[in-house]
Amino acid sequence: MSEAVNAGDAPENQNPTSARDAVLTIDRLKVTFATDAGDVHAVKDVSLSVAPGEVVAIVGESGSGKTVTAKTILGLLPETAVSEGAAILNGQDVISVSAQQMRQIRGRDVSMVFQEPSTALNPVFTVGWQIAEGLRAHGKVSRKEARARAIEALSKVGIPDPEHRVDYYPHQFSGGQKQRVVIAAALALNPGLIVADEPSTALDVTVQAEILELLRDLRDKFGTSIVLITHNMGVVADLADRVVVMYQGDVVEVADVKTLFAHPKDEYTQKLLGSVPRIGANSASATLNVKENPFGEVLVEAKDLEIEYPGRLGKSSFKAVDKVNFTISAGEVYGLVGESGSGKTTIGRTIAGLNRATGGSLKVLGYEMLELKERTFKPLRKDIGFVFQDPAASFNPHLTIAECIAEPITIHEKRSAQDGLARVRELMDAVQLPRHFADRYPHELSGGQRQRASLARALALNPKLLIADEPTSALDVSVQAKVLELFREIQAEFGFAALFISHDLAVVDMLAHRVGVLLRGKLVEEGVGHQIMNEPKHPYTRRLIGSLPVPDPIQQAERRERHREMLREEALGNVGY
Amino acid sequence: MTSMIDTPEGQTMEPAATPGKPKKQGLGLGRYILIRFLLIFPTIFILVTMVFFLMRITGDPITAALAGRLPPDALAERIAAAGYDRPIIVQYFEYLGNLIRGDFGTTLSDNTPVTQVLVNYGSATLELAIFALIVAFLIGIPFGMISAYKRDRLPDAFLRVFAILCYATPIFFAGLLLKLVFSVWLGWLPVAGRTNYTAELEGLRAPTGLYLLDALRAGNGTIIVDVLEHAALPAIALGLLTAGVFLRLVRTNVIGTLGAQYVEAGRSRGVSEYRLVTKHAYKPALIPIITVMGLQMALLMGGAVLTETTFEWKGLGFKLAEYLTARDFVAVQGIVMLLAVIVALTNFIVDIIAALIDPRVRY
Amino acid sequence: MSNNQNKSAMWKRLPIISHYRKAVGLQKGMLVIGLFLSGLFVLTAAFAPLIAPFGYAQSADEEGRFGAQEAPNAEHIWGTTVGGYDVFSRVVWGTQTALMVIVAAVVLSIFAGVILGLLSGYIGGWLDKVIVVIADAIYAFPALLLAIVMAIVISGGQSSMFGGIMAAAISITVVFIPQYFRVIRAETIRLKAEPFVESAKVVGASNVRIMARHIFRNATRTLPLIFTLNASEAILTLAGLGFLGFGIEPTAAAEWGYDLNRAMADATSGIWWTGVFPGLAIVLTVLGLTLVGESMNDLNDPRIRGRKRAGKNGKSRESTEAASAPAVHGTGMEITNE
Repeated sequence: MSEAVNAGDAPENQNPTSARDAVLTIDRLKVTFATDAGDVHAVKDVSLSVAPGEVVAIVGESGSGKTVTAKTILGLLPETAVSEGAAILNGQDVISVSAQQMRQIRGRDVSMVFQEPSTALNPVFTVGWQIAEGLRAHGKVSRKEARARAIEALSKVGIPDPEHRVDYYPHQFSGGQKQRVVIAAALALNPGLIVADEPSTALDVTVQAEILELLRDLRDKFGTSIVLITHNMGVVADLADRVVVMYQGDVVEVADVKTLFAHPKDEYTQKLLGSVPRIGANSASATLNVKENPFGEVLVEAKDLEIEYPGRLGKSSFKAVDKVNFTISAGEVYGLVGESGSGKTTIGRTIAGLNRATGGSLKVLGYEMLELKERTFKPLRKDIGFVFQDPAASFNPHLTIAECIAEPITIHEKRSAQDGLARVRELMDAVQLPRHFADRYPHELSGGQRQRASLARALALNPKLLIADEPTSALDVSVQAKVLELFREIQAEFGFAALFISHDLAVVDMLAHRVGVLLRGKLVEEGVGHQIMNEPKHPYTRRLIGSLPVPDPIQQAERRERHREMLREEALGNVGY
Repeated sequence: MTSMIDTPEGQTMEPAATPGKPKKQGLGLGRYILIRFLLIFPTIFILVTMVFFLMRITGDPITAALAGRLPPDALAERIAAAGYDRPIIVQYFEYLGNLIRGDFGTTLSDNTPVTQVLVNYGSATLELAIFALIVAFLIGIPFGMISAYKRDRLPDAFLRVFAILCYATPIFFAGLLLKLVFSVWLGWLPVAGRTNYTAELEGLRAPTGLYLLDALRAGNGTIIVDVLEHAALPAIALGLLTAGVFLRLVRTNVIGTLGAQYVEAGRSRGVSEYRLVTKHAYKPALIPIITVMGLQMALLMGGAVLTETTFEWKGLGFKLAEYLTARDFVAVQGIVMLLAVIVALTNFIVDIIAALIDPRVRY
Repeated sequence: MSNNQNKSAMWKRLPIISHYRKAVGLQKGMLVIGLFLSGLFVLTAAFAPLIAPFGYAQSADEEGRFGAQEAPNAEHIWGTTVGGYDVFSRVVWGTQTALMVIVAAVVLSIFAGVILGLLSGYIGGWLDKVIVVIADAIYAFPALLLAIVMAIVISGGQSSMFGGIMAAAISITVVFIPQYFRVIRAETIRLKAEPFVESAKVVGASNVRIMARHIFRNATRTLPLIFTLNASEAILTLAGLGFLGFGIEPTAAAEWGYDLNRAMADATSGIWWTGVFPGLAIVLTVLGLTLVGESMNDLNDPRIRGRKRAGKNGKSRESTEAASAPAVHGTGMEITNE
């Protein structure tokens, strides 16, 4: 591993406040898990402290131990874990306190906000009841008082009409509101410290901006300290005061947020920051002129395309895609951007013949998808490749990597096994996957390697068109950077057209020549990549770009200000879309 | 203290957001109940058809019951009289028509309408089922929760082996053991039957047939004790079987919800482990538990046949076994159909209860 | 990767063996007890002629008739029945009957259930709806009653050894098909939406190829588990049929349920040995099979599975993620060894 900052004395050197009045001090924490494969040292040596009113971000990729560290603070580790060291919270060491004391500490001194708000709320109880449960756990409260305090907590986090909504069940709220409810429940007893584990990761970027705003507000108004667990450098730049970078169970760097982004000391931190995609930094469309189209024949053409999901048992059907027009030409990468529910994945699946188009027209390689028949469409399938979002699930666990990659070849071409194998080797070389991986099973590969193999499979028959549905969103940022780079190289080399679907504008900017922005099934804006990113016309696009946090605290502070300004103007002008 | 954070709700971009208004209420549930109710009919229809044709593949009921006991021409005469010599399809539609009018046929061996058998013996089976369910709930649910909470520790191992033993012991063997120990060796409880005071209970004005209820109405302490003593062993035998199933069911589902994030969220706010198990984990687990419990009604009915035979508890199951021995297949078919209808109806009710507990269906 | 290594990995991945290797503590105890009881059952069935001192329908030897309801003694270690048979011998022979019924019933229902489940789940549409309604109807029906009806259909009630066994097996099969069907169908529908199946579809694989190559093996993962659980249910159903007089004639084969039926009257007069031994045989066999099945179920489910506590002994791993990707180190491909 790279030379790390000595984690042991980091707090002394870098922390502006002394350990005595810190809300939380973690000293030489070590957590070990028992697994089938033996002991796993999830956290090896972590020390840090959090001052009152401070937001400390713990940043790292999967396997860094950041979530385990967070759970230690609340004593939420499973029984298979053994922790050593100390975690002092308001004078009590949470590692050595009794279960009864720990229960008293939770909710009163520290509380937690979870990643996935829909699973963090119990579906069969009202939100008011769930907030009141936390109050009831810390002394007798009358039903009336509990309700009043639940309403107060809900209004604190900006839930409108809390007197009424306190009796709602979780499924009656939207995703962002659910996260507000989770935060309200965490705040019910005004704990000095909130541990937020990826609080905005499961949310759309515009909602993420609202939740980050809320957390900042809570800190400013109530002086609540926050331990923010995240993998997203943009979120760190937006919210954190101080940053702890973790890598494989160790702290590699601790610095205040401005220093860290301006002068990262550790090699890993530098690499991590370098991997974060930024709009405009490496734009694929940089050299493209808005006026001319350098690409070849049109491969995909959608005219007033409509895709409807039938309703079940008398319920009305749902229109996922509504009158969408676009074209993809040979050699062109078309980026489709949108938040969840925008219909972007549906369009990709329909082009690949996995969903049915229900209205308008969609021509794929000259074939009208409205009259899709598997038998007549099959010959065209060899010209279409597909890369799925989840690399773990997109391989048959019983087949080797070579068999998986060879599947399209076996189906479409009657080649000899030897010949087929040679082609598989070529493909593996092309995606930079070592040849000896051919005999391995998918579960023996890492996420990034699996996504390379997935790309190899999609390219097996030299397709004219490749559809990539969020191909990197399940990957760590450093792995994502490599896969995206690879995708770019291969696209340039093979020259296929591609539909690149993503929720991440920066990723799309890196790859796409032209970009379409989807909002609830409608294409609201379309154009050359840099044009969309730099001079967005539609207010939704502006908002989308404005809410994307950039990994630079100073720039992000300015952007935030501008974004707020824009929202205020919109609210005044009642811009609707 | 109450300060609004300035994010006007109108700007929420999420597709799911319908701020201000809750989703349409009631309509969803009404439709669900209607659809679920309509689904009973194909279920019953399929079972009726299946049982009818299966029972008739081998021949007509009169031959089955009386062949060898009557001379061939007398047999043929009775077959013709009952209409069993007509094409099977005609008989089938006639049978269906009769069923719709509530006519389940007339038994051959004692010449009683099957519906009369139901009236006479149904209440005994109902009473047994209720007693058994009480035993099953009292044992299955609390021990299931303990087992889930203490999973993979000693109490859990004991409870799981107990549950498997409940399930692995055929009712008639459990009955045999209970009789040996409590009736023969210890002499505490009666060997069989429902009461020694049949005459007193049947003599009541408008007897319900549920002997405990009748005994309570009669207000006679001796009879109440007697009824309870008779019910104890059959209820335990049938209840234990069901308790084993319930215990496993509660355990598995509560373990599932105990691992859910909302339980961890509750824990992170300081909620006690006891409350996490009995409230936060138990209530969401209840929905699948209730649904599967409904499916156990079939097990309970099958078990009732064996229990009643073992303890000479004169209910539907007991009569069914009698008719089986007598090869009276009209009676068997009728009772089997009735039990199928009962099971289908119970499943319907149970599914509705499960839906009522789930706010996602209710709202 | 050497061939040898592959082979050793192969047998380690077999059901039961792989489960045994994963089990710890109490779970291992339960699995071991289950395996012991099940093994005992199978061995007894295989060597019944050697173990049983008398035939199942033998009520006399050179020294004359055995006598009815004799208490356990030197010659008849578990006593004799009301019909004058040796209880021990009938219990031993009963394992054969039970085993044959289990094998016949489970094999028949697995075939029918798996094929129906695959087709119904994958093709969907009205075929699926019809099969589901029928299967649900049968599933909701008391299994014992259905078995009785089937037994009446097949044999008119009683029959010879082979006929009786087949009658029981087919009756049980009809009851079990819906269960296999439900499991396999649910798995198939789940797998159908998995990206790896969709990717086969995108690539242009035919439906037959998708079902055979991609869904079948993944959908049948849980079969060993259902197998053991249903085997125990088969024994209980067989015994129930026998108890109600729809099993196998005592002269045709030994059957525990029938013996228990005859023993009910004995129990009232305090004669315990005629009922207790065949009853225990049922309980222990079912217990053994269920313990195996339940342990397998738990070990398949990482949520439920217990683990050894972290300690000083045991191999160490560098990070959580590395445990699932042991071969990644040193390739220099990624920054992290995710």
